[in-house]
Amino acid sequence: MSRGMRLTEAKRYVAERLGCSERDLSDSYAMEQIRGEKGLGRILDHSNLHPGEPNAMMAKFRIAETLGITIPSVEKFKELAGI
Amino acid sequence: METKIPTRMGDGSFTAMTRGELRADIEDATQLAARKAKISPLTEDEQDHLLDIYASTACFTAVDIGDQVVLSCDGGGSKMTGTDILDLLESEQRLGQDILELWHIEYSYKAIKTILPHQQQTMQNAQLLLTAPIQYGAQPNLAFYSRPDGPCENWFELLPRAEIAAARAAIDEAMDFATKDFIFVGEGMLEAGADGMDFDTTGGAGDGDFFSTLRAVKHLREKYPTAGIEVGMAGEFVIGVHGELEWDGRRLAGLWPQGQLEVCQDAGVTLFGPAVNINTGKSCAWNTAYSLTVIKPCMDVARIPVHPNVGEGVCGVPINGYPPEDAASRAAKAHVEILRCDGL
Repeated sequence: MSRGMRLTEAKRYVAERLGCSERDLSDSYAMEQIRGEKGLGRILDHSNLHPGEPNAMMAKFRIAETLGITIPSVEKFKELAGI
Repeated sequence: METKIPTRMGDGSFTAMTRGELRADIEDATQLAARKAKISPLTEDEQDHLLDIYASTACFTAVDIGDQVVLSCDGGGSKMTGTDILDLLESEQRLGQDILELWHIEYSYKAIKTILPHQQQTMQNAQLLLTAPIQYGAQPNLAFYSRPDGPCENWFELLPRAEIAAARAAIDEAMDFATKDFIFVGEGMLEAGADGMDFDTTGGAGDGDFFSTLRAVKHLREKYPTAGIEVGMAGEFVIGVHGELEWDGRRLAGLWPQGQLEVCQDAGVTLFGPAVNINTGKSCAWNTAYSLTVIKPCMDVARIPVHPNVGEGVCGVPINGYPPEDAASRAAKAHVEILRCDGL
């Protein structure tokens, strides 16, 4: 989003960082597993609960680290939390 | 006798056309767009592909598995079912939107300036609860800086009186106020933790509206290099209300999507959203063919993602507040498959 990457390049980059195929990125079943394993946050509802697993800001910390990107809201959180 | 296929007009009303009539509409639209914008029409293969999409009788259609693109959703949520944060949660968790947007119902940077702390606090709180990126969005709406809503002379009143110099002076003055506001709100929201900014319907008040936005984009991009900056356009053609504004020596008046994209890229935009307005008297197939034709040249020069605004009243989607899903899904599929765009 901030690097202005075209979709093809972005998919290649993310797939490599996640250790999956580009096809997996469009597969909600595969991504559910990957996001769960890596703590990147999942879709939650009454039949899909994951207490104890990172979500929201916690997941964004993991996303920043996993993808090797700077996420403004994560940096702001660190600044305001004094981390 | 050819079978009639259910389809829609640009105003959303149902109609029925034969395959031959749909084909004729597509050809008519692409030829007209090509003449007006001085570009090539869609190829025969592209027109055939588009015809297959619109000749389907399915109530909903989609791209092939694996061809999904990014959804950047300006103004997400209904503002009818709870707080802004609940809207964002719904957008992320239930609707699967990829880039979310916090916004105010008074969707104008001039108005947001007066309630900035409220939007900043909401953004800060929302970022704690959501995983998807959240940008902040509003419209430039340069006309709000003219009387009676703003401090400047009203150039839309001066122009019909042939007071061209006075009109241009008023636009110049308004642009200064506008750029200051865009920067004030942009800096405020990015400091509050927004992942990006969105300038929606840029160019809606003409070339001055576009120029004042580009100035703000350049400033924000330089100061916040990790922020996303989206510019969504208001129409396929920048109207030259001022007529003499240039960005890096390029006149803004008269720019079609490719030219709009080029100046946006140069200014530091990271996501570009072309918009092509609906002709309500024509079929959706006609409208989508027209949209694809004028946006297609963007794809050859794009260094940043291109997300056509496939939404109500633009890029082949009927002009309803709640667009019919058969029409919206056909327009979406057509733009993704034929343009190979990066998102919608």
